[in-house]
Amino acid sequence: MKIVVCVKHVPDATAKRSFDAADHTVDRAGVDGLLSELDEYAVEEALTIAAAGDGDGEVVVLTVGPEQALDAARKSLQMGAHAAVHVVDDAVHGSDAFGTSLVLAKAVEKIGSDTPVDIVLCGMASTDGAMGVVPAMLAERLGLPQVTFAAEVTIDGTKVTARRDGDVATETVEATMPLVLSVTDQINEPRYPSFKGIMAAKKKTVETWSLADLGVDPSEVGLAAAWTSVQEVAARPPRSHGEVVTDDGDGGRQLVEYLAGQKLI
Amino acid sequence: MPVDRLLPTDESRDLLALVRQIAAEQLTPRAADDEAASRFPRDVFGLLGRAGLLSLPYPEEFGGGDQPYEVYLQVLEEIASAWMSVAVGTGVHALSCWAIAGFGSHEQRKALLPDMLGGEQLGAYCLSEPQAGSDVAAMSTRAVRDGDHYVLTGTKAWITHGGEADFYLVFARTGDDRTRGISAFHVPAGSAGMDFGAPERKMGLTGSTTTQVLFDGCRVPAGHLIGAEGQGMHIALAALDSGRLAIAAAATGLAQAALDAAAAYAVGREQFGKPISDFQGMQFLLADMAAAVEQSRATYLYAAKRRDAGLAYSRQASIAKLTATDAAMRVTTDAVQVLGGSGYTRDYPVERYMREAKITQIFEGTNQVQRMVIGRDVVRAARG
Repeated sequence: MKIVVCVKHVPDATAKRSFDAADHTVDRAGVDGLLSELDEYAVEEALTIAAAGDGDGEVVVLTVGPEQALDAARKSLQMGAHAAVHVVDDAVHGSDAFGTSLVLAKAVEKIGSDTPVDIVLCGMASTDGAMGVVPAMLAERLGLPQVTFAAEVTIDGTKVTARRDGDVATETVEATMPLVLSVTDQINEPRYPSFKGIMAAKKKTVETWSLADLGVDPSEVGLAAAWTSVQEVAARPPRSHGEVVTDDGDGGRQLVEYLAGQKLI
Repeated sequence: MPVDRLLPTDESRDLLALVRQIAAEQLTPRAADDEAASRFPRDVFGLLGRAGLLSLPYPEEFGGGDQPYEVYLQVLEEIASAWMSVAVGTGVHALSCWAIAGFGSHEQRKALLPDMLGGEQLGAYCLSEPQAGSDVAAMSTRAVRDGDHYVLTGTKAWITHGGEADFYLVFARTGDDRTRGISAFHVPAGSAGMDFGAPERKMGLTGSTTTQVLFDGCRVPAGHLIGAEGQGMHIALAALDSGRLAIAAAATGLAQAALDAAAAYAVGREQFGKPISDFQGMQFLLADMAAAVEQSRATYLYAAKRRDAGLAYSRQASIAKLTATDAAMRVTTDAVQVLGGSGYTRDYPVERYMREAKITQIFEGTNQVQRMVIGRDVVRAARG
């Protein structure tokens, strides 16, 4: 079993995040980054699946991004992934989901060129862009079935069964490997790396590929090729001080009136 | 803001990042509640063990992390910033494993160390007695050989993890010589003839259980003797300086937490139309706290680096313990001052930090004992 997990290095949500003034892309240099929290669930699921059965599954973690994006791959290696691929190329800067999915697809194909990939695992969305469309695009580009937003996954041979929790119904979906699978934050409890994992990660293989290595034409990706563009960014206005309701016996009614006025109930 | 640290390797930087993540997600959120309820967080030690944090200073051959004290102590400092009881417990556990790791037979190490260092087995260190505190050699607990067993009788006092631990490192008298008549034993929890006093009702570190451990004809297999008969005092003293460094690091972390809480409050609290942090009087208070924290860190790290380099560090360990714990008392007291009336309430953590700081001046050798150790060394050097 060979599993590729796509992971993203995102700005730390607890730090002060901003956009680049010139091209309105996320400022990735001026803020500490980390492995997108939602991708930790994908890494955990990949490690669990790989360790099941005869336990000889291989987990390759794949990330696209500038030099510091390697940190996301390294964290995944410390959690237990076996090898990592880092696609780094200046031309990737500013790519939208279409560009990103193209690079990921080509990288997955290259990873699978010796032994084929059985599962491509993704988090349900990134914690910065939060679009949640890359897994579907990736499946389309690879010509594979897609099972997205899985909250529970069971594997039986090459059959994958997933539970998808929707707002009004729960679906059970089946697909056959190879496939693209995205998982939600309900699926597991990601493990912490251990110090042994940190030490072991130092000895694991990390491949660095450029767009040329993948045969991707730089004009197909990056800011210029993006289908969408950010025209303007404005800082969120500071939070106002809220409204204080003094309870003179009718506090409950005042709260209800306020919530109804805001169309919250 | 995380402390800006000088660390020797990439893996130690990743290790500290891991510790900060575990502290932020698993320790900080529950520390106040567990302390208020006097709830011992046994599960936390399992978590720390699985992450490899309980075995950092031990050699790789025992399943340890083979990390220098310079790194291990900074890990302990970070844990203390999140939850002092857990840092103290981690230090006590490390001390309890030390005897088997350093003086145990090959069989003892093989059988016991993996679970000890992996956090499956939590340790307690039984040296002090009601009448033998700073004067350790005054201990009266006896171990009498009876066939292929030793029979232990006596009372140990101030035992961290008493009643909670899975194993007890017990020092007991096998002969009458004040220092050469003491031996060390590995006593598993549940041994017949071992019982515990009621938990001490302490001023702080209420999440950490402290009891007397009572031995009344407790039979321990002779194979549980660690090292040779009479070697106990040597074993106890060998770990003493390391234990002092652990307390110095933990006290530094506690002081850092108090400084962080005070600075955050001062920036947010407005009086006379501006944040109180804009007043120079407040800034001077914060400056003195910051200086004390960094002095503590520099002092314990100097001792740690001497230890890592194989140099004598006894005097430096005592200086670090004295400096860091006196600083922690001062800084936590000042943190309460910065928060004013709020600081005096249990709605903020600083009053707890202040209560927790006090014990650091007392245990692991009182600060008066540390001064004795340092003073004797100064005089010895001057005499040449």
